[in-house]
Amino acid sequence: MIWPLDIIILTIVIICGIAAISIKDLLGAAIMFGAYSFMMCLLWSVMGAVDVAFTEASVGAGVSTVFFVAAVFRTTRRTRD
Amino acid sequence: MRALGLATVFCFGAILFYISFDFPGWGDENSPASRHVSPYYIEHTMDDTSVPNIVTAILADYRGYDTLFETAVIFSAGLACFFLLRIPERQAPPARFYRHLATGITFRIEKGGRLPEDTDEFERIDSVWVPYDVIIGMTCRLVVPFIQLFALYVIAHGHHSPGGGFQGGVIFGAAIILFAISNNLRRTLKRMSEKTSALLGSLGVLIYAGTGILCMVLGAGFLNYSALASLLGVDPVSARSHGILIVEIGVGIAVTAVMVWIYYNLSSAGRQDEGL
Repeated sequence: MIWPLDIIILTIVIICGIAAISIKDLLGAAIMFGAYSFMMCLLWSVMGAVDVAFTEASVGAGVSTVFFVAAVFRTTRRTRD
Repeated sequence: MRALGLATVFCFGAILFYISFDFPGWGDENSPASRHVSPYYIEHTMDDTSVPNIVTAILADYRGYDTLFETAVIFSAGLACFFLLRIPERQAPPARFYRHLATGITFRIEKGGRLPEDTDEFERIDSVWVPYDVIIGMTCRLVVPFIQLFALYVIAHGHHSPGGGFQGGVIFGAAIILFAISNNLRRTLKRMSEKTSALLGSLGVLIYAGTGILCMVLGAGFLNYSALASLLGVDPVSARSHGILIVEIGVGIAVTAVMVWIYYNLSSAGRQDEGL
């Protein structure tokens, strides 16, 4: 495990997580979740769990982002709160 | 209310942070998992199952029950989306839009008008704004077979490299979803109907559970693939490797079908007529 890389990725994970819940645009929140999943995927592969990283990349960053976008497409794009 | 929520979050966050100090360090050779759990699998997997990728062997063989019920959970997720979202009655929308392919002119046909359903000259388009996207449609159509080939590789090569039924199935489903996004939902439904995806989803779970029951019929425990040795004509160790492959194919079929099924219901709000 490379410590500087680890800290950079963890920082981006936290930024993505906070952005995903605080952003007003729901489509932006969906994309933020995708970025979050991709950073988690990088984190798994840095730790050596390649199978988990592969699952995270395909399920978390790929298909679930599409599902979020499809759900946003059928609702309003802006949150009220 | 907001302050209360923040206080709760920080309280539980602090507790979790405090507990995390008790965890063993990353890669600590004195942690319980590294002392007697991991060494067993690292030493015995190759002799027991002849599968080089230990993760796949644990997932589909040593812990086969977990994976069986994970597949069942994914199938239930597809069923839940179906029951929550699907609207069975087909009410005709107030107006439909058609594009004349030769000229690119868009027609709006009011309710009760004559619809050009069965000609090649007109193409039905969604009522929300749809760009005339020949390049996107053709490019995605070219890319889809390669993505599907990669998905099959991921499923078949899960014994030797990262991958397996779940990842390969998701990638295969993503290829079909890409086709649906780049073209339209109706064209995708013509190629893979809702009935097909539902049947394939249950078929995948059936392959997994059926392999387990077949092992029981042949005189071993549920999901003990070494019983398949007489049926496949190989030694019991290779039979476990082949059994993993059969099960992974079942998982792949189930996950592919369920991903596509969920997408159909989500993107069209259950109407399966006009969608993303």
